[in-house]
Amino acid sequence: MNNASRPSLDHFAVSEKDLRLVLSAALEKGGDYADLFFEHTFNHSISLRDGEVNSTFSGIDYGVGVRVLAGDQTGYAYVESTTLDDMLNAARTAARIASSSLTTKLPPFAWKTPATNRYPVIHAWEEVSIGQRIPFVQRVNDTIFALDKRVSKAMVSLSDSVTHVFFINTDGVMYGDYRPMVSLTATCIMEENGVFENGRAARSFRSGFECLSEQLVQDIAKEAVEETAIMFRAEKPKGGEMAVVLGAGGSGIFLHEAIGHAFEADFNRKGVSIFSDKLNQQVASPFVNVVDDGTILYNRGAVNMDDEGTEGQKTYLVREGILTSYLHDRISAKHYNSLPTGNGRRESFRSAPLPRMRATYMENGQSTESELIASVKKGVFVTSFTNGEVQIGAGDFTFFVKSGYLIEQGKLTSPIRDINIIGNGPKALADIVMVADNYSMDNGTWTCGKDGQSCPVTCGMPSALIQKLTVGGLH
Amino acid sequence: MLSIEQKELAQWAMEHALNQGCQEARVLLYQGSDTEFEVRNDQLDRLQQSTERQLAFHVFVDGKYGAFSTNRLVKDELALFINEAVEAVKYLAPDTDRKLPSPELYFSGKATSLQLFDDTYNQIGPDQKLDLAKETAAEIFGTDKRLLSVQSNWNDGCSTHYLIASNGFEGEQAVSYYSLSANVSVKGKGEAKPEAYWYDQALTYNDLIKKNIGKEALRRALDKIGQQKAPSGKYALLVDNLNSARLLSPLLSAISGSSLQQNNSFLLNKIDQQIVSEKVVLVDDPHVPAAFGSRWFDNEGIATKHRPIFDNGVLKTYFLDTYFASKMGMPQTISGPSRLVLMPGTRTCEQMMGGVERGVLVTGFNGGNCNSSSGDFSFGIEGFLLEHGHIVRPIAEMNITGNMLTLWSSLQEIGNDPRRNNAFQIPSLLFNEVNLSGS
Repeated sequence: MNNASRPSLDHFAVSEKDLRLVLSAALEKGGDYADLFFEHTFNHSISLRDGEVNSTFSGIDYGVGVRVLAGDQTGYAYVESTTLDDMLNAARTAARIASSSLTTKLPPFAWKTPATNRYPVIHAWEEVSIGQRIPFVQRVNDTIFALDKRVSKAMVSLSDSVTHVFFINTDGVMYGDYRPMVSLTATCIMEENGVFENGRAARSFRSGFECLSEQLVQDIAKEAVEETAIMFRAEKPKGGEMAVVLGAGGSGIFLHEAIGHAFEADFNRKGVSIFSDKLNQQVASPFVNVVDDGTILYNRGAVNMDDEGTEGQKTYLVREGILTSYLHDRISAKHYNSLPTGNGRRESFRSAPLPRMRATYMENGQSTESELIASVKKGVFVTSFTNGEVQIGAGDFTFFVKSGYLIEQGKLTSPIRDINIIGNGPKALADIVMVADNYSMDNGTWTCGKDGQSCPVTCGMPSALIQKLTVGGLH
Repeated sequence: MLSIEQKELAQWAMEHALNQGCQEARVLLYQGSDTEFEVRNDQLDRLQQSTERQLAFHVFVDGKYGAFSTNRLVKDELALFINEAVEAVKYLAPDTDRKLPSPELYFSGKATSLQLFDDTYNQIGPDQKLDLAKETAAEIFGTDKRLLSVQSNWNDGCSTHYLIASNGFEGEQAVSYYSLSANVSVKGKGEAKPEAYWYDQALTYNDLIKKNIGKEALRRALDKIGQQKAPSGKYALLVDNLNSARLLSPLLSAISGSSLQQNNSFLLNKIDQQIVSEKVVLVDDPHVPAAFGSRWFDNEGIATKHRPIFDNGVLKTYFLDTYFASKMGMPQTISGPSRLVLMPGTRTCEQMMGGVERGVLVTGFNGGNCNSSSGDFSFGIEGFLLEHGHIVRPIAEMNITGNMLTLWSSLQEIGNDPRRNNAFQIPSLLFNEVNLSGS
């Protein structure tokens, strides 16, 4: 499927006349805005265990969510059918958020089309059989076993999905989107002298079948094996406060947790973020530029349109060290008298949109990675991560380091493993003292959780030196 | 509750799959509804209502296996989906360990009600629910100058699972639930805005605690004001009953078939060995009436039963469903825990605190993880510094680091205070020593 066959009203068997009736019902209690988010998703996955691709899953999810806004208040309901009666029932439920005599006349509807399709598809997943998918999964497994004799087990899975979206709101905006996604994931288990270690590698893109390649197979297999092998030599370091050099790429989880969530405007609108009063203030050194970007081609966090009718865009959060913008959805943008930034995203039609990150990264600085490492007498260099978390109000964030290295007297020495790093967002941002010139995007299967909703995101950065964070370890 | 017509649709789906060439099939029909009211400060901020249904089926075709689900429950579409599913499975490699359970393992008794569904569920009106959310916020809104924001949430719902299998299983379970919670942010020292929450949940409306949820959330938030790091070192570790289950989770993951079969578990080949403190007596107790987690059968239809997991520190059970038991050549148990009970001690968290010379009381975790192969863990924590049996000050921005087996071997005492209405009944826990990384 390509742009020319993007879903329209026909895909969901609804007419413009019906939609007017539903939107009118949504506003019948005096709401000042309403939107309908139609979604039809097809998921597939195949899994390899013990050398063979021997299980599969497929799923279909279909429905429409009705949102009504009355000022900052939200009414939301969804149904898993698109019959007029069911949609009207949902609309009348959501409408109850309002109680005013306000009447809104619906304008004419007009299609909105983004200038660029950020995830054009050549070979659609609907046209790809399981038989065509299997060899890629099998080759990842076979390559993992070929790379190291210590490999005892491997698990590989390939997941793909396509989502048809149709959106319409009481401003008269309509759009359709066709959202592909693919994730290829490998877990490797090795045994050495009776000790088992594990490692994982994954890549994920908004793309069709054409993104699977021999190079991708090799990259994932090699990374899974290397991530596992290093664990046999790695040890937990002595813990405490120390300098941390974040390696290029996946260290972007630091940005996501330390500042990204705290910049989401709903937390600031409610006054509960530690960054609530910091707009237009210097929060980092002038060489620090942080971006949240929905425009990167094929990126897991790319959005042609967000889930409430705003075009995907590139948003500077921090420019030359100054906090320049929060991440807005429609509600927060109105609250701040600002334009939406295209961050209104939702997990599915079952949820109302919230300000959510897309691809969050730091732009290049002017140092080199070796200069960063050489400047540290005692610290850690971290390269591989699993998960992170943040407390929005206190500003304390964490991220879990699967592996990295000690830095002693400006040199990388012993490998380290399994430590949590914790810091405070504003302090850590101000403590970035050097940024390297080796920006890299991590295209792993990053998934962000907020208010019970999961959203696909990515993160990236060049290597950067943070003067002081608290590193977990032994004493 | 499901209608006869809905059940007949599930039965028709199973028959259709069998007619398409499946030798065996299992079908699950799920229906659920949910209502939520969210109040911020003194006004309704969000209401949400939903009802949903899903049909999931597992098919076994010539030794090959696939799982499928859809919420498109129109017969014509469903037939097409099933036909495609059966065809898709044929591409796979056979896996002879994929099969339905032996029928003798199925739950087949005449079940007495576990009292998981509130008969008055449909009598609680939306105004009543919204009023409770508003009253929770009103308990504290405007009562303290340091209060920045209070958000209270009412949530209720009900769900029904109807499970059938082609070799003779049919079972149904309906559950209702209610919860009332409060999240509070307060002005702390400097720029910090400490936040805390409190909640109650229950299977029946009458059992739900409806008072003092807001007040407790505010108290917990105010207690955090002035959080600072403590010096790095070794400390006794006391974890309150809101957070203690977090430390049990890695042990449960390590005894799941999925981890064990891949040699990705630090509890591989440990059955009948003493691996944690002999104080640990952990059982799965799934038949307690009106209790979260209780159930007669698991997701395969296997009958649940009272089952020791750790007996005086000795590991007694792996969670092995039909597939992993067959694959590992071990006796089948159950796919996962239902309602876990850690045998309580005799003292409260406060009483245990009284005996701590130098330690930390953990009242919240902040990220972290545990390596499934080694049991090595590192978690962010917050709570309070303890000296000579007393709270000295609130602490945050620190990590605890160690190994799960070492930690649980150093268990000194189990409290007597598991939180009511939780599927995991885990009291406060006191451990002898842990590595704490702070200032």
